[in-house]
Amino acid sequence: MTVCEQDHEMLAAYLDGEIPSDRAAMLEEHLRTCTACAAEVANLLSVRRTMRVARTRFTPSADFRRKIQSQVAPRRPGFRVFGSLSLAVAALAMLVLVIFWMRQGTVRADAYREVADLHVGDLASVNPYDVISSDRHTVKPWFQGRIPFAFNLPEFAGTEFTLLGGRLIYLHQQPAAQVVVGMGQHKISILILQESGVFGSAFPVSERADTKSAFNIETWNSQGLRFFVIGDAEKAGIQRLAQFLQSANP
Amino acid sequence: MDRAFFEQLAMPLFDQLYNHACWLTGDRVDAEDLVQETYAKALKGFGSFAEGTNLRAWMFRILRNTFMTTKTGLAARNTEYLEDDEVLSDRVMAHAITPELLLLRSQNEQAVFAALESLPVNYRQIILLSEVEEMSYREIAEVLDVPVGTVMSRLSRARSGLRALLGTNVGQEVR
Repeated sequence: MTVCEQDHEMLAAYLDGEIPSDRAAMLEEHLRTCTACAAEVANLLSVRRTMRVARTRFTPSADFRRKIQSQVAPRRPGFRVFGSLSLAVAALAMLVLVIFWMRQGTVRADAYREVADLHVGDLASVNPYDVISSDRHTVKPWFQGRIPFAFNLPEFAGTEFTLLGGRLIYLHQQPAAQVVVGMGQHKISILILQESGVFGSAFPVSERADTKSAFNIETWNSQGLRFFVIGDAEKAGIQRLAQFLQSANP
Repeated sequence: MDRAFFEQLAMPLFDQLYNHACWLTGDRVDAEDLVQETYAKALKGFGSFAEGTNLRAWMFRILRNTFMTTKTGLAARNTEYLEDDEVLSDRVMAHAITPELLLLRSQNEQAVFAALESLPVNYRQIILLSEVEEMSYREIAEVLDVPVGTVMSRLSRARSGLRALLGTNVGQEVR
């Protein structure tokens, strides 16, 4: 084998792409004529090819990857302890809320059912009104002394609503005023009672519309009084009547 | 946040770092410790890492520096200072191996792995950085904290050493 004075470091650097292009061109020229250097390059290349396999020789376990991932992942230190604790607290709070909400929901559903029953019962009655009058100045004073509170009725004359009459009812063991208003062929009940205890707390303070068994219901609280407007009239009509009443009882 | 950014940049290097750590330590448990410590240090020092510079080289450098404080690493360090003055008798030996024999031998990966494992750790590492991680001399210089010229000479010696080992093994088998 011809002994070549070519620096073998340079051959490796050439293969590593680490020498300037002019030097590389000179080396390529040399490799064409020097078998020793060509063989050296071949050796370097074959070792290099084999060495590529070393890249994937050791692969980390999934467990270890998770460990490092959780070490690196952006989260507060001690998250595991506090995290699970706060999670438990949150779950408990959620449970309490859900139970409360379900209970409230049941109470509310019961209350709506009661209101609807009263409305239907009134419509079915042969004697639907204790006081029959289209004049609010007749209906309103009738309730005085019969109920422990006072409310206002708006002037129905000239509106789409007609005052039909009123009667004393009991809702949830409380005296309440029922005023029946006609809207076209529909009869709409206005129920007014004092806000109290469980019954009242089942309803939102602000105005709320609901639909129960084909009846549209509006309910709200105003100055300690709970108002219900219920009827089989269209929702918008119920809402208009509710607003009308609200304007008289701000 | 910084941490999310770090995760995004550093986690893709996980497999490479682990593989490299295994090659350095020769032990999976030690390698896991090494990688874990590397990530912990890198995360802690990420604030000082200048964006736009080479994160891979930076992480490999942390890994190497951490390794150098381990028992295996300390043993390697004691031999390191000798290496640059070392007269390599194996270069002569490497020349005595015919290219055909070496080619045949190097195609057997188990033989190459065995040779690589018995190579001194400094040589093993520089070969891995160059051939496996395909780092440039500049990157390797950054990882090893040595001048580029040293990378070149050390890499050359490492390759000669590897071939000498391959040749020795071949010789033994042929005999």
